[in-house]
Amino acid sequence: MTTPPTPLAASARRVRSNATPTALIGTTLFALLVVVSFLGALVVGAPQLDATTISGPPSASHVLGTDYQGRDNLALLVRGGADMVLLALIAGTLTTLVAVTLGSASAYVGGRVDALLMRATDLWLTIPRFILLVVVASTWRVQSTVALAALIAVFSWPVLARQVRANVLSLKEREYIEAARLLDLGPVHMLLRELLPSMAPFIVVSTIQSMTQAIYQQVGLAFLGILPLRDNWGLLFSVAYGQNAIYFADAAWSVLAPIGAICLLQLSLVMMARGYEETFNPRLRSQR
Amino acid sequence: MTHHRGTPDAVPTADASLRAADRRRLVRHVAAILLRMVVMLWLVTTITFVVVRALPGNPIDLYIQDLAASGLSPEEARSRASAVLRFDVQGSFLEQYVQYVTNVTRGDLGNSSILSPGSPVLPMILARLPWTILSVGIALTLSFIIGVRLGLIAAMRRHAWTDHLISNTWAAIDSIPAVLLAVVAILLLGVVWKIVPIEWMRGAYDPATTPGFNWPFIKSALLHYLVPGTVYTLTSLGGWVLAMRSNAMSAISDDYVHVARARGLGEPRIRDAYVGRNAILPLVTGFAIAVGFTVSGSVLIEKVFVTPGVGALLADAIARRDYPLMQGVVLITTFAVLVATAVADALSTWLDPRIRLGGDSA
Repeated sequence: MTTPPTPLAASARRVRSNATPTALIGTTLFALLVVVSFLGALVVGAPQLDATTISGPPSASHVLGTDYQGRDNLALLVRGGADMVLLALIAGTLTTLVAVTLGSASAYVGGRVDALLMRATDLWLTIPRFILLVVVASTWRVQSTVALAALIAVFSWPVLARQVRANVLSLKEREYIEAARLLDLGPVHMLLRELLPSMAPFIVVSTIQSMTQAIYQQVGLAFLGILPLRDNWGLLFSVAYGQNAIYFADAAWSVLAPIGAICLLQLSLVMMARGYEETFNPRLRSQR
Repeated sequence: MTHHRGTPDAVPTADASLRAADRRRLVRHVAAILLRMVVMLWLVTTITFVVVRALPGNPIDLYIQDLAASGLSPEEARSRASAVLRFDVQGSFLEQYVQYVTNVTRGDLGNSSILSPGSPVLPMILARLPWTILSVGIALTLSFIIGVRLGLIAAMRRHAWTDHLISNTWAAIDSIPAVLLAVVAILLLGVVWKIVPIEWMRGAYDPATTPGFNWPFIKSALLHYLVPGTVYTLTSLGGWVLAMRSNAMSAISDDYVHVARARGLGEPRIRDAYVGRNAILPLVTGFAIAVGFTVSGSVLIEKVFVTPGVGALLADAIARRDYPLMQGVVLITTFAVLVATAVADALSTWLDPRIRLGGDSA
């Protein structure tokens, strides 16, 4: 007797057989950035201050030039990636976690709980969240990457929570969920074993999208001078800009280097999200 | 929502009791919107107050310490702080909160503490508001018009190379932080290629001109707006393109489009009059809400281009830790968003007869 494939296994197979070029390129690029960032932080030592090469142009010894303290831009870049990726991962995961919990609970329980949760979500949606995030972050001076990621998540979950709710509501109407309900499998089993696996593709794509949002916001916060965190790409960009580096052709490399790195990271995430969306949703796929 | 287009109005029920019920529903709807606005403003007032005042070693205590460090006696420092903040800093937390909320309901958002010590916050913000609304508003309108067009074209050519080019390009640009684009624009246009003079990208107009309705000023303001306006437009385009594309794609498979095709109507007419018109409806309300969020979106770009808007004011307030000013900007911005949301609500009811009052919240 063969058991029918679980929804999770089905989606995993779909990824293997149908991954689009966009998804592959995006994933490869992202994996590359992650490996370079995390290994690089271990291998490459802290770049030395060097008063003789302040804001220098690219050269044989400094491929991407040097910053306002004479530090090698490439070394700064390699060491500044891990914090960026980590922040995005934690913020993205937390955002999704909150959104999935509230959204699915709201849809599954229904009634008053649903009405109340959605009213709260709508309230949170209407607040100009970036400005509030800026004010809160500048007042409470977050000191760790995790704390910042959590703060960003607090301000990011409502959009996704609404989508999760809509998703669960439509899944609730499906026959296999109906069957599980008739078997009286209990809410925990329903959520964890029946509903969540079917939503796995959607959750993966949303987490990646939340990651791009987190990076977007982190760059903004760094630019406003709010984050005294480690030398990540957002901070490198903001500090170099603050040193008026863009007005001098040689020094501009210390602004361009982090900008390029951030764009590359965002591009890899967007490609992954769009690629997986197409992979999981056959209706989006082009007819080949 | 089971009504079909036209049925509620088409049936001539000149029944007085029905119209009274409609009127009651309208009143309830308006009341609900007003209630929501009050609750939201109270919520935001409370959040910002708690953030700024609740923890020990909070910014206001630090501010009082700074005043004392500048040579005032502790007593004088506290009374100076009370005068600036417009609530008694020596009262209990609850007393301070009640006083602050009471002030806010009177339109008194306190005084600036550092940027312009003693000036009321509200006029400072209102003086900057027209600039932000005008500059972001123009770019937002442009990006809406262009974005909707591009999204519609992409949807009509679904999966052709035009679609891939349009939707992938704008998805990528949409994810790149707007600040980065602004800085790259200054670097390339002003420093490397030297196409646009640097002074056009710093400030909103030539300081030698006198602001007012005269040609030299208007000309210099337009030239100074060239690059910031383009950056605003580019960075807000992506959202419209992708939203319009997905709306239009679902509209294409609707029955009335098939019927239009079967009637032999030309493709441009189907695109504009059938798909486009219906796909754009939800975006119009999105546009109204986006107008409300202008201040929120303009902080970073206004800081880069040193323009005299609310966003730049907030950036300055953050840099100098001027908390009353920061709170004020948050409140005014929230108010703007709330008004915009109410307008969007009214617009969607007015534009789409299928959405009727009293249903689940639109």
